[in-house]
Amino acid sequence: MTEPQITGHISKRFDQELEDIRNKVLSMGGLVENQVATGVKCLVTSDSELARKLISDDHRVNRMEVEIDEECVQILARRQPAAGDLRLIVAVIKTITDLERIGDQAEKLGRIQLELETQEISSSTYVKLEHLGDLVCAILNRSLDAFARMNVEDAMETMERDLKVNAEYDSLMREMITHMMEDPRTIRSALRISWCARALERIGDHAKNICEYVVFLALGKDVRHTDPNEELDL
Amino acid sequence: MNISVTDNVKESAAAPFDVKTQGNTHILKNFTGTIGKIQVDDPKISTRNVNVYYGEKQAIFDASLDIGRNEVIAMIGPSGCGKSTYLRALNRMNDTIVGCRIEGELTLDGEDIYAKGMDPVLLRARVGMVFQKPNPFPKSIYDNIAYGPRIHGLARNAAEIDEIVETSLKRAGLFEEVKDRLQSPGTGLSGGQQQRLCIARTIAVNPEVILMDEPASALDPIATAVIEELIDELRENYTIAIVTHSMQQAARVSQRTAYFHLGKLIEVGKTSQIFTNPRHELTENYITGKFG
Repeated sequence: MTEPQITGHISKRFDQELEDIRNKVLSMGGLVENQVATGVKCLVTSDSELARKLISDDHRVNRMEVEIDEECVQILARRQPAAGDLRLIVAVIKTITDLERIGDQAEKLGRIQLELETQEISSSTYVKLEHLGDLVCAILNRSLDAFARMNVEDAMETMERDLKVNAEYDSLMREMITHMMEDPRTIRSALRISWCARALERIGDHAKNICEYVVFLALGKDVRHTDPNEELDL
Repeated sequence: MNISVTDNVKESAAAPFDVKTQGNTHILKNFTGTIGKIQVDDPKISTRNVNVYYGEKQAIFDASLDIGRNEVIAMIGPSGCGKSTYLRALNRMNDTIVGCRIEGELTLDGEDIYAKGMDPVLLRARVGMVFQKPNPFPKSIYDNIAYGPRIHGLARNAAEIDEIVETSLKRAGLFEEVKDRLQSPGTGLSGGQQQRLCIARTIAVNPEVILMDEPASALDPIATAVIEELIDELRENYTIAIVTHSMQQAARVSQRTAYFHLGKLIEVGKTSQIFTNPRHELTENYITGKFG
């Protein structure tokens, strides 16, 4: 499968504009990745200072979304992109929406850490969250990588991995419920841990969405709400 | 008439449009046939293995394509790709060009367009043409429209001619603008109005197919929008094949799009597919403005 080419337009300026947009999406992705890792870290290490930084950095993600959106609108208005170029712009607009939401989920982790500051939670729960967090970070990383290289195989493989995240989330929830039933005094903290797990699970879903946009970008096929393997006949 | 179309690499490199074609020549070498579905059910016009030569030079290579009833099909491609040549072959406009030779099968409702018994004048009444530059006759608006019906004997009396003139102008969306000055010269109209006059003139002889060669390239955006709107309305009654350099125009007005490159029909498909997800690299390169 050949990856679509961004460059090669008669208008070199157009090449530059598209390259610029792609680079910005990638640096926004890097920023978001960092936010998610920070979110997991601040929870696991109970670092409220880190949590505060994470929360204050969210506006950078939001600003990038607005900036890239604006550039996409300019390209739609001035270049009337078609075919691969059109798919790139559409995929970018959708991708950055998901990235921004991932940023919001990461911010949520930071806020929960600030609330948890005064609580006592067993260390085994932290470890559980760390494991789920690592899994989600890896998926996010791979989905951005698939986006950068517009690689369908990578995107498909990453989508599969989201199933693991969901399974991990389910088992964590079961564990939390058990804790709560055994000792109602843990409900308050266990609920917060569940919200964190929920946020991480949502991040996995957003990363999966990004992979779906990569497939659309590369092949022009919409695999949302379908079984991608069947759809693409792989 | 552009006769520099050729598959010879050296010669095409010397042509004025070499920037677009040069870089793509290597892709064309592996060309094995048109991508996409060339057939339609119950075609209005059907062409198979059409080759067109201008003297020694071949302008169209083995093009096969059906044009469906009441559809607008757009032909796009870089200059010299043969799209106009192909269009002109459909109503024998190439007959008058010395040295032009056409091979292959071209049929209109199953009738051979190039049959001995086919009268080109009658054919062109059935398959009308609108050109890039509006070319009204140096006569009154009224006579521009009335001329065709008169020579083809489509009206028995003056009242019938009046009616044809009025309905044709109405269909072309021009009647309201000119109804008070039907006797003034057609050349006195604005560019967009002249083009609509030419469309009205084409419609007046009750054609089945309308061929349009860059009908809006000399017009401003407003006049272009009016023509495009008109094309959409005309589709109800006619089959329309349009050659255009404006890809946005092709995307707006047509249901199917055919992409030509150096005399070869590279790809044909639904317009919605061609402009979002073309299958051939050359099509992709052309519509995204790349030279590969």
